[in-house]
Amino acid sequence: MTAVFSWVGRFLFDLFEEVGELAFLVRSSARWAVRSPIEWRQTLVQMQRIGVESLPVSAMTSFFTGMVLALQSGATSKHFFNEPLFVGTVVSFAVVMELSPVMTSLVVSGRAGAAIAAELGTMKVTEQIDALYTLGTDPVRYLVIPRVLAFVLVLPFLVVISDFTGVLGGFVVASVKLRVAANVYWHDIIDNMRVRHFVHGYIKAYVFALVIAFICCYKGITTRDGAEGVGKSTTTAVVLSMVSVLVLDYFVTAVLVALGIT
Amino acid sequence: MIEAKGIFKSFGSRPVLCGVDIAVQDGETLCIIGGSGCGKSTFLKCVIGLVRPDQGSISVDGMDIAGLSAELDVARYRRRFGYLFQEAALFDSLTVWENVSFGLRYLTDVPQAKFRQIARDKLALVGLKDIEDFKPAELSGGMKKRVGLARAIAAEPGYILYDEPTTGLDPIMSDVINDLIIDLQKKLKVTSIVVTHDMKSAYKIASRIAMLHEGQVQAVDRPEAIKASSDPVIRQFVEGRSEGPIKMKLRDFEPGAPAPRRKAGSGA
Repeated sequence: MTAVFSWVGRFLFDLFEEVGELAFLVRSSARWAVRSPIEWRQTLVQMQRIGVESLPVSAMTSFFTGMVLALQSGATSKHFFNEPLFVGTVVSFAVVMELSPVMTSLVVSGRAGAAIAAELGTMKVTEQIDALYTLGTDPVRYLVIPRVLAFVLVLPFLVVISDFTGVLGGFVVASVKLRVAANVYWHDIIDNMRVRHFVHGYIKAYVFALVIAFICCYKGITTRDGAEGVGKSTTTAVVLSMVSVLVLDYFVTAVLVALGIT
Repeated sequence: MIEAKGIFKSFGSRPVLCGVDIAVQDGETLCIIGGSGCGKSTFLKCVIGLVRPDQGSISVDGMDIAGLSAELDVARYRRRFGYLFQEAALFDSLTVWENVSFGLRYLTDVPQAKFRQIARDKLALVGLKDIEDFKPAELSGGMKKRVGLARAIAAEPGYILYDEPTTGLDPIMSDVINDLIIDLQKKLKVTSIVVTHDMKSAYKIASRIAMLHEGQVQAVDRPEAIKASSDPVIRQFVEGRSEGPIKMKLRDFEPGAPAPRRKAGSGA
């Protein structure tokens, strides 16, 4: 029994400690971002790594998600109404407001987030982060801010592309498999989608970008214990950022619904 | 002049430095020797401000690092130092010349257009040429150390701190690095602290040698005096014998002995 209490106590202590340290990292980043010039070269390199290199996989994921959605909604609609109704509406609402920001964030945190945690973790255990201090700069300024900025600039852009490919995937299945006329599918979308629905998805993308970037940078620069530590912090960074995206998705949606952005 | 008084540092429950007093005179090369884990590298990191001592003060030219809170003051303090890391700690993503000139951007007002030329000059000073566009992964261990040294001297610091500069190198490359340290000391008139457990290197480059043992300074003296010392701790270390007063440490790892305490935090 004592062991259980001890374990729970230690777990809670570690959790609060990590959350506190993460909060300090966010505060330090905000201070550096205001005080010193942005490392644009680093930011562009990161944008290329996070954005361009993640684009094919996020677009493909969204394309197939759109296809599945069209198939599911078409089949259900056929079952109840004998014909596939509102396939375009279902696909576009689900993709734009929910699936595209969430799926893209999961894909990017698995790909770019892991790479960031591993890179910063390796820099930490090989003393490259200490070297930054001795050479007159701060790792938050040189490493964290460019990555956070790159995530915030790139993730919403990836979501735009995913919106498009998701709806396109839905269109392919709707027209080839479900025999829905092209003008019906597109009119379903145009007649029902409004700008606020896109805004809903992009606000989520910004929130998720910040969360993934800070978690992965934090886990990277606090890595300890050599190669084993790098592996551990990379895995933790990915798991933590994915879980955070899924949990936060509910709360962000609740706030957006309350604000009428839906 | 670097003056450290009563430095204490622990990682968790494990004390590493237990009241270290060391003064480094201008223009000298002080070698700090001692067994693994005795606190040599931790002391060096305290001097440059990478590790904050639990107690004690370190002042450089009268500037006390403990009193520096503003980032600008800390940056001004660190500007005085060049630091050669044990594994060179070159930035993997940058080329050699970008590594060497990295500090110029943050530590000096040198225009960016001159960075490449300065990097080339500093690389020549450590005996390297035509490697400016290589990535660190393409270099041998000795070359990495020399590039690290070029990076440490690029902003022309008054003090150079070397963390085990010859560790992991073959004897010939070790001697090349020793000659470079002596050469740089003569040419640049810098004050250096060299952390090492390579006695051959210490005898060759040091103006004075300080021995750390169990977190304290066992002795500070000229190399000849250390070589001739009758202190059993120093004798055992300089002769590299397993038998002697430092044996207690080794017994921790012998069969039947109590398990060694787990190391907390980064080590020395």
